Amino acid sequence: MKLPIFLDNHSTTPMDPRVLEAMLPYFVEKFGNAASRNHTFGWEAEEAVDNARKQIAKLIHADPKEIVFTSGATESDNLALKGAIEMYHEKGNHIITSSTEHRAVLDTAKSLEAKGKATVTYLSVDKHGMVKPEDVRNAITDKTVLISIMLANNEIGTINPVGEIGKIAKEKGILLHCDATQGVGKIPVNVQEMGIDLMSFSAHKIYGPKGVGALYVRKKAPRVRISAQMDGGGHERGMRSGTLPVPLIVGFGKACEICEQEMEAEGRRLGAMRDRLQAGITNALEEVYLNGHPTQRLPHNLNLSFAYVEGESLLMGLKEIALSSGSACTSATLEPSYVLRALGVGSDLAHSSIRFGLGRFNTDEQVDYTIKRMIEIVTKLREMSPLYEMAKEGIDLKSVQWAAH
Amino acid sequence: MAYSDKVVDHYNNPRNVGSFKKDEKDVGTGMVGAPECGDVMKLQIKVEGDKIVDARFKTFGCGSAIASSSLATEWLKGKTVEEAQTIKNTDIVQELNLPPVKIHCSVLAEDAIKAALADYKKKAGKETK
Repeated sequence: MKLPIFLDNHSTTPMDPRVLEAMLPYFVEKFGNAASRNHTFGWEAEEAVDNARKQIAKLIHADPKEIVFTSGATESDNLALKGAIEMYHEKGNHIITSSTEHRAVLDTAKSLEAKGKATVTYLSVDKHGMVKPEDVRNAITDKTVLISIMLANNEIGTINPVGEIGKIAKEKGILLHCDATQGVGKIPVNVQEMGIDLMSFSAHKIYGPKGVGALYVRKKAPRVRISAQMDGGGHERGMRSGTLPVPLIVGFGKACEICEQEMEAEGRRLGAMRDRLQAGITNALEEVYLNGHPTQRLPHNLNLSFAYVEGESLLMGLKEIALSSGSACTSATLEPSYVLRALGVGSDLAHSSIRFGLGRFNTDEQVDYTIKRMIEIVTKLREMSPLYEMAKEGIDLKSVQWAAH
Repeated sequence: MAYSDKVVDHYNNPRNVGSFKKDEKDVGTGMVGAPECGDVMKLQIKVEGDKIVDARFKTFGCGSAIASSSLATEWLKGKTVEEAQTIKNTDIVQELNLPPVKIHCSVLAEDAIKAALADYKKKAGKETK
């Protein structure tokens, strides 16, 4: 078993070799610009892009014409929010979103607020991180033009009831945008059934290349329009100008095709692996808490808080395993994870959290090794922890007066 | 985030992990930080005469926090109580090569040292500075 082991598949994924193989001809042989209308180099590039559009659309039950290529989900989120606010400014300027969205949505919303272009309601979530459809309904005003709720959370894996929210949006005639970056290719996504009008997702989360993503833009019932944020040539039906990165798009298409074929079996396999990882750790260690919904969660996600032990020191001891933490010490801003805080998880447990993201190329052997190392490190660090010592003495940590700096 | 070799060493081989009995009169205990902040250090010294003969620590915090407090216990041993007052966080930063974002760990360690010294002095009936 080779080290290091990669268990951080929410941050990115290794490319599937089949995807790489599909991409290679488009770098040196079939290198044409897909927008060149007058020669075979352009035509064969355009054909490859059209084929990829079909593969991508099939995965989400959309029409190929409804796929707009971007540089990634972050750009798609920007395009959806800014594009909709600009286009529908005569209808209103209110956005409803949630407090646990990815920064690509939250920062875009804040930027619109700061520029006076939108007012935003940030819905709180329940203790499992789920948005309640009723809260969405209650937040709607006559100025609301967009609801933006993520399909599945990147930190805690909780899956939101997007279908129910879609029904409310339809009823009220408001557009629903869904950041589905962590869900597409992992769980079934159907933009028709779920009532989604705009959807962001990217390739590098599904074993495709970095640098390309898509925004699904509904064409019928209703026809959604957005203002382009990138001007210059009118590519992607005027919604996103710029020469298409053909090899990346080919890879994106192939990645989606593989997901479409293998998603169900893979979901079962990874779900079982995740359950094994969870059981292995929680059976051996006390005071380990699950963050996120116990059942409505991505099959490959696990987020645990280990009381009395800080996340970065945990990761340091597990340096041969790639994971991530909600601890302040691991963030550039020294703030603990805002997602965990939104769940009502205390700061101390937020600092003690570890996120595991399983993927296509992980094995049972790697999981068993991880279980063993987690037990070792948590045990060692608890021996070194003054909080563990106090808890063992029966002291209620919540009652202590801390001499914080 | 690249850790200095010294920080890694202190993490893998922490010096003087453990506890003395708090109520013994030759023991000074300093507990600083807060779980909310992700940093709590408990530093203890054992004093004979005016010399610190032994030290122990326990820390809830990142690798740099653990290294800072581990280093502190190393430095405290053999110093007099007065000498120990002069240990500065900047010395810790330099010794461990802490990056700017981790300087606060060394500050907390200095606070822990001062708290332990103050606790001992109080117990010994001497004036706290």
